[in-house]
Amino acid sequence: MIRLFPHPVLSLCLIFLWLMLTRFSLGYLILGTALSLVAGWAYSALHSAKPRIRRWQTIPRLAATLVLDIIRSNAAITRLLLTEGRNGRTSAFIQIPLQITSPNALAVLAIILTATPGTAWVEYGTDTGILTLHIFDASEADHYHRIVGQTYEPMLMEIFE
Amino acid sequence: MSPLQSVPLWLAIPVAFFVVLGSTLTLIGALGFARLQSFYDRLHAPTLATSWGTGGVMIASALMFSFIEGRAIVHEFAIGFCIVLTTPITLMMLGRAALERDRAEGSDALPLDMRTRPQRPDDPPAQD
Repeated sequence: MIRLFPHPVLSLCLIFLWLMLTRFSLGYLILGTALSLVAGWAYSALHSAKPRIRRWQTIPRLAATLVLDIIRSNAAITRLLLTEGRNGRTSAFIQIPLQITSPNALAVLAIILTATPGTAWVEYGTDTGILTLHIFDASEADHYHRIVGQTYEPMLMEIFE
Repeated sequence: MSPLQSVPLWLAIPVAFFVVLGSTLTLIGALGFARLQSFYDRLHAPTLATSWGTGGVMIASALMFSFIEGRAIVHEFAIGFCIVLTTPITLMMLGRAALERDRAEGSDALPLDMRTRPQRPDDPPAQD
């Protein structure tokens, strides 16, 4: 079973995506299943480390926090861009020491920080565990320290580690 | 009657709202991209377009075509999903490349403590 479905979640997501892009019918279901099986094998050949999700319950909370945060920072960045040159904004680099080390958790954190306008992931040292971010509004530095260190990181740790 | 004319007002209002919201955010992001001076600042402007810019247009399109076709159409969310998953790769690559270039040049764009890679404080200096 494990050899047939090395990545059951990935394969299920692909089948779902396939059915979403086509009309639901038995033929498409079979074709989609076959394709997702091949994709699962290909992925396991490339990536042997299997992501382990320990707590599914935290994922909806993470998603809700993220959506609210994206809305908030969209509004903030829009305001700053429209008043650019008159608001005395400066940008800054901030360094945040991270405790998470799992590549999957880091990848999700990168997606979160990129999807949220106002923060850009610049560098992460695997040896030091220090994440360097570029933030658009330097006066929000404390806010970003707090949101990464106290909001997202504990949730990602719960999910992945 | 064209399918567009059959759309009732209660649906047209949210669809219009989301289309205008998404496209306005994308426009503001593009303007910011053109006006900002530093490379690192410019990394931020397009994220408006890839977050709610895409999101707004996506929601509007899903609402509209789900109504017209009479079934749930959620293709748009696949596009959004792919955009959300792939932008970090591009942005991180660009950001990293700019950082390494500025470090190699000793550029003024970086604050002093950023001009070398952060070291672990309790480590002996690197041997290489």
